[in-house]
Amino acid sequence: MSALLAIIGQTLRLGLRAGGGAVVGLVFFLAVVTVIPFGVGPDLKLLARIGPAILWIGALLASLLGLDRLFGADREDGSLDLFIISGQPMMLVVIGRAIGHWLATGLPLVIAAPVLGLLLNVEPVGLAAVTLTLLVGSPALTLIGTVGAALTAGLARGGMLIAVLIIPLTIPVLIFGISATAGAISDPAPFLPPFLILCACTLAALVLAPIAAAAALKLSVE
Amino acid sequence: MPSLTQLANPTRFLDFSGKLIPWFAAAAAIVLAVGLYYGLFASPPDYQQGDTVRIMYIHVPAAMLAMGCYTLMAASALGTLVWRHPLADVAARSAAPIGAAFTLLGLITGSVWGKPMWGAWWVWDARLTSFLVLFIMYLGLIALWRAFDDPARASRIVAVLILVGFVNIPIIKFSVDWWNTLHQSESIFRMGGPTIDPSMLRPLFLMLGGFGLLFATLLMGAMRAEIYRRRVRTAQLVAARPRASVAAATPVSAAASPASAS
Repeated sequence: MSALLAIIGQTLRLGLRAGGGAVVGLVFFLAVVTVIPFGVGPDLKLLARIGPAILWIGALLASLLGLDRLFGADREDGSLDLFIISGQPMMLVVIGRAIGHWLATGLPLVIAAPVLGLLLNVEPVGLAAVTLTLLVGSPALTLIGTVGAALTAGLARGGMLIAVLIIPLTIPVLIFGISATAGAISDPAPFLPPFLILCACTLAALVLAPIAAAAALKLSVE
Repeated sequence: MPSLTQLANPTRFLDFSGKLIPWFAAAAAIVLAVGLYYGLFASPPDYQQGDTVRIMYIHVPAAMLAMGCYTLMAASALGTLVWRHPLADVAARSAAPIGAAFTLLGLITGSVWGKPMWGAWWVWDARLTSFLVLFIMYLGLIALWRAFDDPARASRIVAVLILVGFVNIPIIKFSVDWWNTLHQSESIFRMGGPTIDPSMLRPLFLMLGGFGLLFATLLMGAMRAEIYRRRVRTAQLVAARPRASVAAATPVSAAASPASAS
C-alpha cells in the first residue's frame, strides 16, 4: 500500500512539475474547444447541440498527450528494472502510475469541462451531465492509455503510435459517455442505462488494463 | 502430416509449405472460378436487389475471413506468449496485412453495394462502423510491428496488443450496435436455418471455400517470405559485426531470433 501511494505521489509530482504536461493538456483541451467553432461556424444553437460531444472528444484527445512519457522515461533511466527487481507486482506499479497520471491530467480536464462548456453555450443540465460522465469515464481513458504507453515504452518515438493504437479501444467509452450526456439533456433518450454501462467500462478497464500493461512492460525490458 | 510441434522448426515448415502451396493455389483457383461462374451467371438475381446481390458473393466471404483472420492472429498471439512457438509469431505477423486487405475488400464491396441500395457510399451503420474500427486496429498492429527493429522483441509485445484487441472487439461491436443499426441482420448462420434461397447459397458457399483456400495459400506464402526475411536480417547482423567478436556473438544472436535457429 505504501508502495502504491509512493508511486501515485511521484507520478503526480512529475506530472504537475514544469514540463510534466498536466498544464499543457489543459491548454490543448482549450485549444481544441476553441478551433471547433471556427470549423462549424459561430451558430450558438448548433454549438449547444454538439457541445457535449466536442467536450468529450477534446478530453479524449487531451488525455492522449502525456502518455508517451508515462513509462518511456522509466525504461530509459532504469526505474523500470528497479520496479521489477523490487518484487512489487507490476500491476501495482501500473495502477499507481495510472491513478497519479489521472489526478495530474484527467481530473483537471473534468474540472475544466463545465467552464469550457459555457463557451459552447451548453445548458446547465448538459454541463452537469458532461462533468459527471467525464468524471466517471476519464479514468477508463487513462487506464486504456496506460496499455498503449506500456506497449510503446521500448520505442524512442511512440507518441503518434499510442494515439493510433488507443483511439479504437476508447470508442465504447466515448459512445456511452456521450449517450448518457444526451440522455440527460433530451427527454426520450434514457440517462441511466448508458451511464451504468460507462461505469462498467471504467471498472472493467480498472481490472483488465493493468494486466495487459504489466505484461507489456515486463516484455519490453526482456 | 507433421504436427504443430514439428512445424516449429522453420526449415521443416519451409519444406512442408513449399509442397502444399501449389496444391492450395490450384484448388483456390478452381473453386473461385466455379464459384464466380455460379455467382455471376448461373444464379438468379434477387427479386428486390436485382443483380447487385451478386456483390454478396465477394463481400460476405471477405468479411468472414477478415474476422476469422483476427481470430487466427489471437490464437497465434497465445502461441507466442504461452508456448513461445517460433512460427506463431511469424503466422500472426504474416496474417495481419492479409486480414487488413480482406477487411478493406469487405468495406469497398459493401460501399459499392450501398450506393444503389442505400443511396450513399457510406452510412454510419453499426456493422460498417465496427468493421472500419477493425480495419484501423489491423493498421495499428502493423504499425506497431514496424516500429520495432528487433522482430523477436516486437513479436511478444504485439501479441499483447492482439489479445487486448481480441477482448475489445466484442465490446466495441456491442457498443456500436447500441449506437446505431441499419445493416441487415444475420441471414446465413442463424437459428432455424438460412433465409437465403439454395440457388444463391451454393455460389456463396463455393466462394467461402475458395476464399478460405486463397487465404491459406497467401498466408503460407507470406510466412515463407517472413522466415527468409528474418534469415537475411540475421545474416546481415552477423556480417556487420567486427571480425573478432563474430565467434563470441553468434550463439547469442541465434538464440535471440528463433526463426534463424533452424
